[in-house]
Amino acid sequence: MKPILGVLAAAAVFAGLAVAPFYLGTYGIGLMIGMIGYVTLASAWALFSGPTRFVSLATVAFFGIGAYTVSVFYESFPPLMVLGLAALIGLAVALVVGLATLRLAGVYFVIFTFGLAELIRQLVTWYEVNITGTLGRYLFVSYGPEVVYWKLLVLCAVTLGIGYLIQRSRLGLALKMIGDDEVVAEHCGLPTARVKLALFALSSVIITLVGAIQAPRWTYIEPTIVFNPTISFLTLIMALLGGANRLWGPAVGAVPLFLLFEWLSANFPDHYSIILGLLFMAIVFVLPRGVLDFLEGLIARMRKQRAGEASGAGAGRGAGRLAEGEAK
Amino acid sequence: MTLITALIAGLVLGGTYALAAMGLTLQYGIARIMNLAYGDMIITAAFAAFVLQGAASINPIFGLLIAVPGGFLLGYAVYTVILAPLVARAPNRGVLEVDSILTTFGLLFVVQGILLVIFGSNYTSYTFLNEPVNVLGATIAANRLIALVLALGLGITLYLLLTRTRWGTALRAVAVSPQSAQLVGIDINRAAAFAFALGGGLAASAGVVISMYQTFTATGGVVFTMKALIVVIMGGVGNLVGALAAGLILGVVETLVATYADPGLTLAATYAIFLVVLLWRPQGLFGRAVR
Repeated sequence: MKPILGVLAAAAVFAGLAVAPFYLGTYGIGLMIGMIGYVTLASAWALFSGPTRFVSLATVAFFGIGAYTVSVFYESFPPLMVLGLAALIGLAVALVVGLATLRLAGVYFVIFTFGLAELIRQLVTWYEVNITGTLGRYLFVSYGPEVVYWKLLVLCAVTLGIGYLIQRSRLGLALKMIGDDEVVAEHCGLPTARVKLALFALSSVIITLVGAIQAPRWTYIEPTIVFNPTISFLTLIMALLGGANRLWGPAVGAVPLFLLFEWLSANFPDHYSIILGLLFMAIVFVLPRGVLDFLEGLIARMRKQRAGEASGAGAGRGAGRLAEGEAK
Repeated sequence: MTLITALIAGLVLGGTYALAAMGLTLQYGIARIMNLAYGDMIITAAFAAFVLQGAASINPIFGLLIAVPGGFLLGYAVYTVILAPLVARAPNRGVLEVDSILTTFGLLFVVQGILLVIFGSNYTSYTFLNEPVNVLGATIAANRLIALVLALGLGITLYLLLTRTRWGTALRAVAVSPQSAQLVGIDINRAAAFAFALGGGLAASAGVVISMYQTFTATGGVVFTMKALIVVIMGGVGNLVGALAAGLILGVVETLVATYADPGLTLAATYAIFLVVLLWRPQGLFGRAVR
């Protein structure tokens, strides 16, 4: 019964969010777009990086590809087709990048993805300056911000739904095994390279779509705007704060951090990056496995204590361990 | 620009890259910390040289005498305050790698933010010995030549220290095998702190050298981190001679691409080289398999 209740609760939350634009002003809708955007980005990032523990900094590469595709083709095709096209381009790049780099070990993968966004930004800039002769494009669409918001909300729900299905499937189990020990997973006959590639592609396509959906919000698109590396960093820190190996972890991290960053950039624009950096370090030091994990550990410990008082220490320890096991 | 001029300009750039990369290769090879704030330490030193030259009218060559020990102390402080607790906590190397990447990532933003608050986001430079000198028929600015000489001088000195002295041998032993180094009585935690601090000193020297002939901004650190990393991986992690050779190669390639193809494509060329090396020889062009 419990999973059904969870699904119903999630559906109720999304239904509530869907009617929100009718009650919010323009500023409110804008804020919600940013927030749902980051919840989706962080959740999509965690689809791949959470279980496999490959730290990817390529988020903004795909985000920017999505936004740029829309700015180039929005006049030629209907909006949904442009989104489809963006998804296809994102998929193609993800497959090329994935095939080339997923066999790289830890730090090499981080560094490569770190450079990828920069490389794509340079190439787009070079192409725009030398071939099309203009840097920056204007983007005027006929629909309002509510439409952007609803599209993002659907994408967000789909992303969380995919995450839920993966966690309950054999694929989820396979991923956990790869995260725990890749060599063992391979010896058990798992096609680790293929599993990783599929997940990386899926995560990248969702990130591309977030960029594509959000693109009309800017009206003016330039490589430095849509390939801004801060987007990768924020996504990473949000997923880490909440806990990248949980379904709701990235969302739990994204909402407070997004609001905090909005407030900081409005009130302390000069000291923004200092605070961001200190926060980043604090999260790694204090909550290396995320808020949800920390809370669950706390609850498990409290339960253990209570069980210990009720029926002796031995049984209590067993219950505590079981709860931790489930949490994993 | 003639080919000779381009080659010399490339060697100057490459010498600086090599100097920068040597510090990073010490930090990653011996202290086992992937320091993503490395480029920002370089930029900090460049600003320090700018301030010394402007406010105290100390020329950058003497500025090195202040900046390098400063970088050493800063590196030591960063290691003992921020990174040593992570090293102590990490159950294995993989966890330490991820933790150190994320922490130095945070540090990157802190350093960059402080520089932005103090100096703003404009391009900064000062003039130092900007006189033409004739070398093999090519004209080149004196400050660039000094930069090349300094880079090579510092690099070779470090190499001799590491290969000819007892403590150099100890440091290299830690790079090769931390466990065995411990068995023969080497304090690996002290060696790591020392190597990280030495890396800080080298970053500072690279920053001062760069400031002699280039403009720089508070946000420019990331590019230097990236390039130093590329050189480190090309040369083989922990390999000083490899870093020197790879740095020179990268500098020459970049200058040739900028001269004969398009200045807008230099970074693209850099990343292309990086990718090819990663896929073809992840252990580095000059290294044997380290892992």
